[in-house]
This record gives sequence, C-alpha cells and structure tokens, in this order.
Amino acid sequence: MIILENVSKTYQTGVRAVKDLNLMVEDGEFVFITGKSGSGKSTLFRLLTRELKPTEGSIMVNDFDLDSIRRRQIPRFRRSIGVVFQDFRLLNDRNVYENVAFAQRVIGASPNEIKSNVPRMLQLTGLSHKYKNMPYELSGGEQQRVAIARALVNQPRIILADEPTGNLDETNTMEIMKLLEDINRMGTTVIVITHSMSMLESMKKRVISMEKGRIVSDTGSERKNKGAGAAAGTESTSGSRAGVIRRRRRSI
Amino acid sequence: MRTFFYCIGQGLANTRRNILFSIASVATVSACIFLFCMFFSIIANVRSIVYTAETTVGITVFFDESADDAAKESVKQAIMDRGGVKKIVYTSAEEAWEEFKTEYFGEDAEELSEAYADDNPLADSDSYEIFLNDIEDQEAMAEYIAGLPGVRQVNYANTVVSVLKSLNKVVSILSIVIIGVLVAVSVFLISNTISVAAAFRKRENEIMRLIGATDFMIRAPFVVEGLLIGLLGALIPLAAVYYIYGRVMEYFTAWLSGLGTGFELMGLVPLDIIFPYLAGCGLLFGAGIGFIVSFFTIRKHLRV
Ligand SMILES: Nc1ncnc2c1ncn2[C@@H]1O[C@H](COP(=O)(O)OP(=O)(O)OP(=O)(O)O)[C@@H](O)[C@H]1O
Ligand SMILES: [Mg+2]
Repeated sequence: MIILENVSKTYQTGVRAVKDLNLMVEDGEFVFITGKSGSGKSTLFRLLTRELKPTEGSIMVNDFDLDSIRRRQIPRFRRSIGVVFQDFRLLNDRNVYENVAFAQRVIGASPNEIKSNVPRMLQLTGLSHKYKNMPYELSGGEQQRVAIARALVNQPRIILADEPTGNLDETNTMEIMKLLEDINRMGTTVIVITHSMSMLESMKKRVISMEKGRIVSDTGSERKNKGAGAAAGTESTSGSRAGVIRRRRRSI
Repeated sequence: MRTFFYCIGQGLANTRRNILFSIASVATVSACIFLFCMFFSIIANVRSIVYTAETTVGITVFFDESADDAAKESVKQAIMDRGGVKKIVYTSAEEAWEEFKTEYFGEDAEELSEAYADDNPLADSDSYEIFLNDIEDQEAMAEYIAGLPGVRQVNYANTVVSVLKSLNKVVSILSIVIIGVLVAVSVFLISNTISVAAAFRKRENEIMRLIGATDFMIRAPFVVEGLLIGLLGALIPLAAVYYIYGRVMEYFTAWLSGLGTGFELMGLVPLDIIFPYLAGCGLLFGAGIGFIVSFFTIRKHLRV
C-alpha cells in the first residue's frame, strides 16, 4: 500500500520536481507511471524508496511512514520493497547466482534460505540455465531479469521499476513486462515507470501520467480518488487500511 | 555469525583489491610500532639501569687521617640532619681491603695478597656509603659533605646516572615526535586506503543500501579492512622486535660481563619481561588505529 498526501519535492537547486502529489496504490495493483522527460517520475520513485525526503507532505509505504521513519528502520523498510533500474545495476564481478544471492547475504539470510530462494527466483525469471554466467555475458533482457530476480528474492510487497525496459528492444521489453505481470499475479504490487506508449496501450493497466511534477491523469482515478479521500479522512480508516494490507499480503 | 564471516570475507576482498595502498598502510603502521618498541625498550632499559644504579651506588665519604670516631660520628650526624638519606653504611678499612681483594684478585685473593699481609694498603680507608632517596640530590649532597670538617674525599657515581637520565629525556622526546609524525602518516594512509576501497565499492554500497542492508553491513567490511591493516602492522614489527631484542640483549650481556664482575647485573630488562608489554601495546595500538580510522573514514564516506 502506498499513500502520498500533498507531496512536494524541491531540490536544493530550487527545482520543484514534484508538486502537491496525491496518490494511492493498493496492494496487488499494477501501475504504470508515465510522462515526459523531466516530469518528475524518477523523483517520485526516489521519494518512494526513501532515497529522498519530501519537502512537504507525507508518504506511507507498506505501513512505514517515510517522514518519521528512523534511520535505523530504513533497511527494514527497504526490504519490503524491491527496486529495478534501467541500467540493471548488477555487480559485474559476480555471476548471476551470486548477484541474486547478494541480496540475501546483505540482509543476513541463512545459507539454507539462500540455497532454496535463489534457484527458485532464477527459475521464475527463466535464468536457471545461466546461473553461472557473468552479467556481461548476458543480453540486456537477461540482465534485467537478473535484476528482477534480485529485487524479488527477499520477498518484497512492492516492486518499483524505473524504466526497466528503457535499454531493451521490443521483444525483450515484452518479455520483461510479461514477467512483471506474472509477479503481480502472484500478489506483489508492481509500479513501473515507462515512456513506452505501445506498452501502455497493450497492457491495459492503471496509468498515471505526470507533467511538470503533477499528476495530470490517472486511469484508476475514480476508484482511487475515493480511496485517497478516505485515507485523508478519519483515523478509523487507518485500521481498515492495515486490515487490507494484511489480507492482501501473500508471499511469492 | 554468518554476517560476521561475510564481513570478514568482504574485508579481505577489499584489502586484496587495493593491495598497494593496503601495503603502504601496513608499512607505516609497522614503522610506528617498530619505533615505539625500540624507544620503549631503550627507555625501559635505561630506567632500569638508573634504578639499579640508584639503589646500588651511593656516595662514598673518606675521612681525614686525623679524624677520630667522634669526628666521624659528627659527620654522620651532619649528613643525617640534612635529610633525604635512605641508608648510611659504615665500612671499616679491613672490610674495604677484603672486598677489594676478592674483587680484584678473585680466586687467588689469599695468595696474591700475601705481599700486603701486615700492611693494609687501604688503611685510613674506612668510609661511609650513603644512599639517597632521590638520585637527583646526589650532587648537592656530595658538595655539602665535602664541606664538612673531617672529610677528606667524596666519591659518587653521578655522571653516568645523570647522562643516562638526560639520555632518557632526549629519547622520550624524540620518540614522541617521531611516533607522532608516523601516527599522523598512518592515519592519513589508512584513511586513504579506506577511501579508495569505498570509491571502489561505491556502486556495490549503493545497491546494498537500496536492497536494505544495514549501515553495519555496509560499513563492516571497511572496518574489518582497517583492523586487518592495523593487526598486520603490529604483528610484523613485533616479530622483528622479538628477534632483534633477544640478539641485542645477548650481545650486551656478553659485552658487560667482559667489563668485569658486577656489570652483568646492571639492570637490563630481559626479553620475556618486556615483550608482553610491547606485544600488548603494539597490538592494541595497531588494532585501535585501524579500527578508529576506518570507522570514522567510512562513516564520513557513506553518510546518506
Ligand atoms: N539530484 C537532483 N538535483 C537537482 N535537480 C534534479 C535532481 N534530479 C532531478 N532533478 C530535476 O528534477 C526534475 C525532474 O527530474 P526527474 O529525474 O524526476 O525526471 P524524470 O521524469 O525521471 O525524467 P526522465 O524521463 O528523463 O528520466 C528535472 O527538472 C531535473 O532536472
Ligand atoms: Mg527518470
């Protein structure tokens, strides 16, 4: 569950990248965020991962209040989300298996967990046969699937992807999108930032369009506006909100 | 535990990756600790020698030929009155002769001294030997005694002791300065090594942070690297010092015993007494500097 209320972000340079954003994404949704270059999509992304703090407004992600969250709690929050980037961000000195296992190691998972989770993720992303390859031995699509496996291996509730197919051709793009859809079907919330109009049209998902830091359209807005209104309302809604999260939470 | 081994492994990997900087850091830490051990050894030995001298060598007072027992007694009284005296020992002429004989003629004392049988060459050599509480006071005391009536001659071993003491001061100051400079260089080099490692792992650290690694997980490999540098920088000089100290002691002991009896016990500190201190200080210093410098360097670098 993601709830943004009146969120603005002004960079130190004075650029107002995000302006007065209200947004609600429920558990299990698949959402595209689109908009021209410089419209503030990546800024929104980094607000959601708590790389940035909003200048104004409040952000709730997976029951974490990102405004008041303690520094020590941030790692725990980050484990509840998985991130994917346009440039894959793999470790080039490690093979596929180690890249995925890395995510488990850094959170202190046991060797047994690693041994069962990593192959499962590699199978899910269709990389089982390439587990020994180094990242530079893979195609862009394959590299991105490694990145998705890594994002997924710690069983996050949300996957956030910033232009995951920006460096990929048509075929690979469709494959990655299909993978993300599968992941979404298994219960994980998926949020994808993209430029690709063709994809938006063919996927028939909720699309949020941004322009100059504002949301200018939201295909899920009728439903969502109601939700956001309730969220901004009385205290009692927070109880039901937590209930929704608990009900919707499923492991992959 | 798993985390622990992971961090150790990553720390080792770090060290291996920027091996040149790591070696330079280890070398300066080594130099620091080696010099520290050397100066510490010198100072400890000199102090020990001074202490031995202070407790075994006193001021010797000889009397005028005309001085009778009463005069000698009044000299003693005057000395005691001045204060600061730990012990005063009277040695008669006969005792002095016996002592001299055994010291200089050794085994053959009786035979060789036959010639002097009835004629003690040290007649009139009865003396007081005076031990002071504070060796610094010796010169003033000696002057004071020389001025007393009935005193013929005053001997004291001041020069050696005061030379040793000023030597110790020089060595202390020198060691503080040199070690200070080396510590600064070590801090700089370790900090640089860690910075280079951090730059090297910047990407990895960013990914780690986004995946949800704790600050501890991200920093630990660097602190492990710092610790490794420090500990290695301690072990190398300690091994060297262990060897060298033993050799130097052997040499000195041989040299001193060549100087005659009495010298072998001049107060050199044996290896097995001094080494635990050196090892303790060295390891603590190495580990400490490695830990602290890397901890603060990485904290500065990885601040979000
Ligand atoms: N770190 C930063 N410091 C200052 N200004 C920034 C920073 N990052 C982004 N901006 C500015 O904020 C605005 C929004 O940038 P953002 O990266 O969010 O756009 P975007 O929608 O992701 O664009 P693109 O589609 O090109 O990735 C831009 O005007 C950009 O110049
Ligand atoms: Mg962007």
